[in-house]
Amino acid sequence: MNSLEQKLKDPKLCRSIVGRINEELDGELRFMEVCGTHTVSIFQSGVRSLLPDGIIHLSGPGCPVCVTHEREVAAFLDLAERKDVIVATFGDLMRVPGPNKRNLKAAQAEGARIKVVYSPFDAVNLAKEHPGDKVVFLGVGFETTAPTIAATIKIAQEAGVNNFLVLSFHKLVPPVMKVLVEDPELAVNAFMLPGHVCMVSGLEPYRFLADKHGIPAVVTGFEPVDILRSILTFIRMRNKGEAAVTNGYVRAVADGGNPKAQAIMNEVFEPCDALFRGMGSIPAAGLGIREAYGDFDAIRALGLTLPDVPPLAGCKCGDVLRGKIRPDECPLFKKVCTPANPVGPCMVSTEGSCAAYYKYQI
Amino acid sequence: MSQKLLLDYGSGGKASQRLISGMFLKYLGNDRLNRLDDAAFLELSGPISMSTDTFTVDPLFFPGGDIGSLAVHGTVNDVAMLGARPRFITCGLILEEGLDMDVLERIIASVGRAARNAGVEVVTGDTKVVPRGAADKIFINTTGVGEIFVTPGPSGHSAKPGDAILISGTMGDHGLTILSKREGLSFDAPVESDSAALNHLIVRLLQEIPEIHVLRDPTRGGLATTLSEIALQSNVECFIREKDIPVREAVAGGCSFLGLDPLYLANEGKFICILPEKFADKALEIMRSDVLATNAQQIGEVRKDHPGKVVLETPIGGHRLLDMLEGAQLPRIC
Repeated sequence: MNSLEQKLKDPKLCRSIVGRINEELDGELRFMEVCGTHTVSIFQSGVRSLLPDGIIHLSGPGCPVCVTHEREVAAFLDLAERKDVIVATFGDLMRVPGPNKRNLKAAQAEGARIKVVYSPFDAVNLAKEHPGDKVVFLGVGFETTAPTIAATIKIAQEAGVNNFLVLSFHKLVPPVMKVLVEDPELAVNAFMLPGHVCMVSGLEPYRFLADKHGIPAVVTGFEPVDILRSILTFIRMRNKGEAAVTNGYVRAVADGGNPKAQAIMNEVFEPCDALFRGMGSIPAAGLGIREAYGDFDAIRALGLTLPDVPPLAGCKCGDVLRGKIRPDECPLFKKVCTPANPVGPCMVSTEGSCAAYYKYQI
Repeated sequence: MSQKLLLDYGSGGKASQRLISGMFLKYLGNDRLNRLDDAAFLELSGPISMSTDTFTVDPLFFPGGDIGSLAVHGTVNDVAMLGARPRFITCGLILEEGLDMDVLERIIASVGRAARNAGVEVVTGDTKVVPRGAADKIFINTTGVGEIFVTPGPSGHSAKPGDAILISGTMGDHGLTILSKREGLSFDAPVESDSAALNHLIVRLLQEIPEIHVLRDPTRGGLATTLSEIALQSNVECFIREKDIPVREAVAGGCSFLGLDPLYLANEGKFICILPEKFADKALEIMRSDVLATNAQQIGEVRKDHPGKVVLETPIGGHRLLDMLEGAQLPRIC
């Protein structure tokens, strides 16, 4: 561990910031972290257990697995049933429940050809190894992963790998945050902004939170000191009656983001409406593949449509993702819905807030 | 080109005999096995510990070991954890038609070497050859028996509030090695399996310390799952401190990269020891004097506040549950 990493985990420094938080907190603060990695980090590091009762921590729609709509999961399952298709996916989609609680793991056990890959480039190699099949990579994720997948499509094009396809269900964070803050029932005072996503997008797309809605927001890294400092910043801004969008992750995030990553993402993808689990269709919150790269678009090439799927009965994941309830306020939590038998996506994903409550809360 | 294994070798006829006498007896032979009767004649007395395990690891060869030595270590360790001296093991093989004969020979030689080092004899075995595609190269089943020499022997049911929780070394080495080798991943620093027979160290520990409540090897599911099992079996809280759990830097880095937790990764040459606090220092001294446990540490203690649960104190002083794993760990999207 290098000295910076050590410093960002330093117990003394953490205790000192917690002390400041306790001293300066004036009334209840309800903050939402928008990123699944933050959710896990807050629990795993033990930060949550150190926070005073007046700080309510909520998890928003920033776990890519959680927000993948059940109709999208149904499309994955339809795809997996096709004899001429090998599905390539990141591992955390394998257990996401679709219609009738079916998932990719069950489909694999029934004979579907599904390969868990560690990088989209592995899927291109898989396509090279199986020239007689179509290898479809399940493109799920936010701005963090979209540029890499865009680069993969370009590489496949340059290499003439014509049997590699991407099913793009990518989503963008700022549009869904607009929906959140425009909700009249919004019960969030501050936002912890997703560090990985902001490495690509920068801060600009989030300025509206403070400028238009007066809500403080901090781009945050994933170490305990990062997280605690952000909470202290929320408190200080509120105590001064200020609201701004600030960068608390300057070691990784430039205010303008990563122009190269933005450029390749925008070259291959274009904004489109996107389905979010529990939240419905959100305008311009997704990324579809541009016509110029249409040969690599699984939707076009295979004529895919999204099957109609009835909503999950009793599942409150939508309310959890909007910060309206905590996972343990859902009537299904720990009773019907467990990691072994997940009803909704927030329980199945390792980064889901319900799974985190179930796994880490003493 | 290497000679390939044919279905004939599992026929029970002359080809089988050639395989047995030319390869198996060459590497595994001893007075009991060499008799080639229908069963092995054994002399055992008193209470006995017995365990069986089947090894299907892919890849067959990995840094720090191979499926052959692993099949011996895994079973020898399981037998030893009950406070027993492992004496004899069996070796059942399911082989895929077309397997390279020299691969088979390397594995059998490794079984023989590991058994000799562990001080156990392979006393009986079985070989089945299945058509290509019906199995993945080679599966090995080993069953071991040993004589229990302490009563009451250690058991997952015997942890008591006030006990110290020790582990014999770094966590996650085997699991990350297999995963990285299987997926062709490489890290800045190389990782290596910890596969090893622990029985000699276990015997020493049990001979010198009169009261050891629990011995368990945290194999599949890793430290977190094994401690969860103990907490449930003994109806106690296992309280552990993350800062005291040794994890190699390369393993921690690899896990961080892949979104995995080293506390859930398999170990094949490590054990958990739970014993009265007053014996903890002596146990650590004995463990650290052995090359297999130089990084032994006390990582926590048994409490009664949250029966059936494992509570982890994080380096910054927070507390959280350390639950059993649901299914396999899967790499994350971002």
